[in-house]
Amino acid sequence: MDWTLWLELVIKALVLIFALLGGFAYLTWYERRLLARFQSRLGPNRAGPFGLLQPIADAVKLIFKEELTPAKAYKLVFFLAPIMTLVPSVIIAAVIPWGPPFQLGDRIVTQSIADINVGVLFLMSIASIAVYGIVLAGWSSNNKYAMLGGLRSAAQMISYELTLGLAFVVAILLGNSMNLTDIVEAQRDGRWFVLVQPVGALILWIATLAEVNRHPFDMPEAEQELTAGYHTEYSGMKFALFFMAEYQKMIVVSAILATLFFGGYLGPWVDRWPLLGPVYMFLKIVILLFIMIWVRATWPRIRYDRLMAFGWKVLLPLALAVVMITAVGILLAEINPWMIWLIPIFSLIAGAFASLMIDRSLRRKAYA
Amino acid sequence: MTEFLEVSVDDLKDLVSDRALEGETMMLNLGPQHPATHGVLRLLLELDGETVVNCIPDIGFLHTGIEKNMEAKTYQKAEVMTDRLDYLNTVGNNLAFCMAVEKLVDLDVPLRAQALRVILTELQRIASHLVWIGTHALDLAAMSMFMYAFREREYILDILEIVSGQRMMTTYIRPGGVWRDVPVEFETAVRDFIKMFPKRIDEYEALLTKNPIILDRLLGIGVLSKETALSYGITGPMLRASGVDWDLRKQRPYMGYEQYDFEVPVRTEGDNYARYLVRVQEMRESLKIVEQALNKMPLGPVRSDNRKFVPPPRSELGTSMEALIHHFKLWTDGFDAPKGSIYSAVESPRGELGVYLEGDGGPKPYRIHMRTPSFEIVGVLSEMAKGHLVADLIAIIGSIDFVLGDIDR
Repeated sequence: MDWTLWLELVIKALVLIFALLGGFAYLTWYERRLLARFQSRLGPNRAGPFGLLQPIADAVKLIFKEELTPAKAYKLVFFLAPIMTLVPSVIIAAVIPWGPPFQLGDRIVTQSIADINVGVLFLMSIASIAVYGIVLAGWSSNNKYAMLGGLRSAAQMISYELTLGLAFVVAILLGNSMNLTDIVEAQRDGRWFVLVQPVGALILWIATLAEVNRHPFDMPEAEQELTAGYHTEYSGMKFALFFMAEYQKMIVVSAILATLFFGGYLGPWVDRWPLLGPVYMFLKIVILLFIMIWVRATWPRIRYDRLMAFGWKVLLPLALAVVMITAVGILLAEINPWMIWLIPIFSLIAGAFASLMIDRSLRRKAYA
Repeated sequence: MTEFLEVSVDDLKDLVSDRALEGETMMLNLGPQHPATHGVLRLLLELDGETVVNCIPDIGFLHTGIEKNMEAKTYQKAEVMTDRLDYLNTVGNNLAFCMAVEKLVDLDVPLRAQALRVILTELQRIASHLVWIGTHALDLAAMSMFMYAFREREYILDILEIVSGQRMMTTYIRPGGVWRDVPVEFETAVRDFIKMFPKRIDEYEALLTKNPIILDRLLGIGVLSKETALSYGITGPMLRASGVDWDLRKQRPYMGYEQYDFEVPVRTEGDNYARYLVRVQEMRESLKIVEQALNKMPLGPVRSDNRKFVPPPRSELGTSMEALIHHFKLWTDGFDAPKGSIYSAVESPRGELGVYLEGDGGPKPYRIHMRTPSFEIVGVLSEMAKGHLVADLIAIIGSIDFVLGDIDR
């Protein structure tokens, strides 16, 4: 291993971390501006042009805020919990390919930090670690609201982890690999997996919403019920770390979703100019984030027990069925390539059946 | 030497179950600083997991002493305090108080003033229901709805500002009529609102009424039976959602409500969703009343010309000695009300708002007691919350629509 490789890794890691940190800061701005638009308000528009300096002002404010540690908190865990939440949300981005490799001098530079064979498995494992920080934060604060938030978050993660895994399996089956670059390359010529398996993409999207505690699955923080849930007792920079982790997770899961189902860095002329790859990723992430924020502006929150029921009784069986349909469809496609389009047809039927069941269970209760 | 009362928490032990004393269930203090308790209500919750075993409302954090304070003020000055009771129904509070005073001293109210009072209280009812629908949706985390509802509420507050110069604490309705006639902009402003608002209600309904998550959160939650509601003395939309057709505007018409054609929405289910539907329908009905009252509004004086109780118009002060004397007497001494006690009630957005007024022959009331609807509503909360999840309790709190200023008075 020569020193240039080390240099390349360090540079890429720094670029990624700064991109994520900057992305986090401007995601808060993006969300606030968008929410304001949805709600016929203006949003932050005072600091700098279009309020673009608002994230910096917020960061400065949070740095100078007093940090309180409750007297009866478990100090060590209370201190470590924000870090344990933030770190996974950064390192999970390491395996995501941001563009095709390009030639620099006499060496090939890949546009991901680690192009490992079991990329999807890495995503799974790191995504599961993130919950520890939240649960420990809830427990160590020695606050009843925080405790309830932590418990909710643990239950929610367990319920949605399986579905998330099965949605990953769909992408693995379609891409015939666990390497994320291979999965992206398998979607060449506009054959995005979302077209082949739209229901799988939807399941992954819902599961990731639950995974990152976004609306309408923001049970652990549920402002109106648990004041702020697991981070009730946190203030100053420690709170900012939780905040950062949440928004970075939003960016990263959008990147994962884009990679697995929306063609990743692929787009017109990406092979001629490989640096277009990150641009396409950026656009896809921004659109997916827009949908997340849109959902937050529109929907109420699901009740906690209904969320679990939805996860176990609807989403998991549907994900199993979708995996089955995908596997069978791929086998049939070996006989006749056109058979691959049986997959979307049958999975849409399965999806429609599932939503019909939800609708019926609600209609039985309705009386209007 | 003052004697101190010994207060022990042992007396409160029978409010919770035995399991709480053994530490098997968790006591959770919800409020008084909590985003979903709509003010400063404190709820002591006994939780089994996330299921509410016992819910003990604790009021008094907003105590203002308004009732007692009123005894030290003349009738005109006491009225200003009624605005501060139920701050979402300021015009309605004025109306309730003024009707009581008018009943006590036997004052007539001109027809134009009656129509104006109806228009303004119905607009206020819509504004109050808008706050309710916004905060109720916000409690269920549908945050945009809150902004939309407050956007429309601004129109109504603007109308109140046009007529009285104040957005909330108007004191526009006075004993014997209203403060002064409305300016010309009033009618166009109200007509614009009448034209714009039905579409906006349709928008809210598109966002909420058939939303599966809303159905899931509201249907069958917090059921209040007809019998319980009646035994607790619940009034207003909550009672009507439990299947009792009781609306003072229909049953005991005042201010000429009998001449307006409107429906009183009644549902029998008594759950959160029924209350939601009743209030949304009430907004539409209130709008109908406003439109009719505006069309029928007669011309003429807006306050009684009984100069012993109602100050003369300013234009007369320069020319009439008698008017000047009346003006001086009314604003320094106030008017004397006869000895006696009366009760008069109006239908506030939350239910029956009654004023019990006792005069002792002087210019100040001997005793005023307000029968405010929110008090009963919070009283029944512990019945309704039992056995539900914390999340449902939040939905119920949003659905029953109380105002703490109305309770602690």
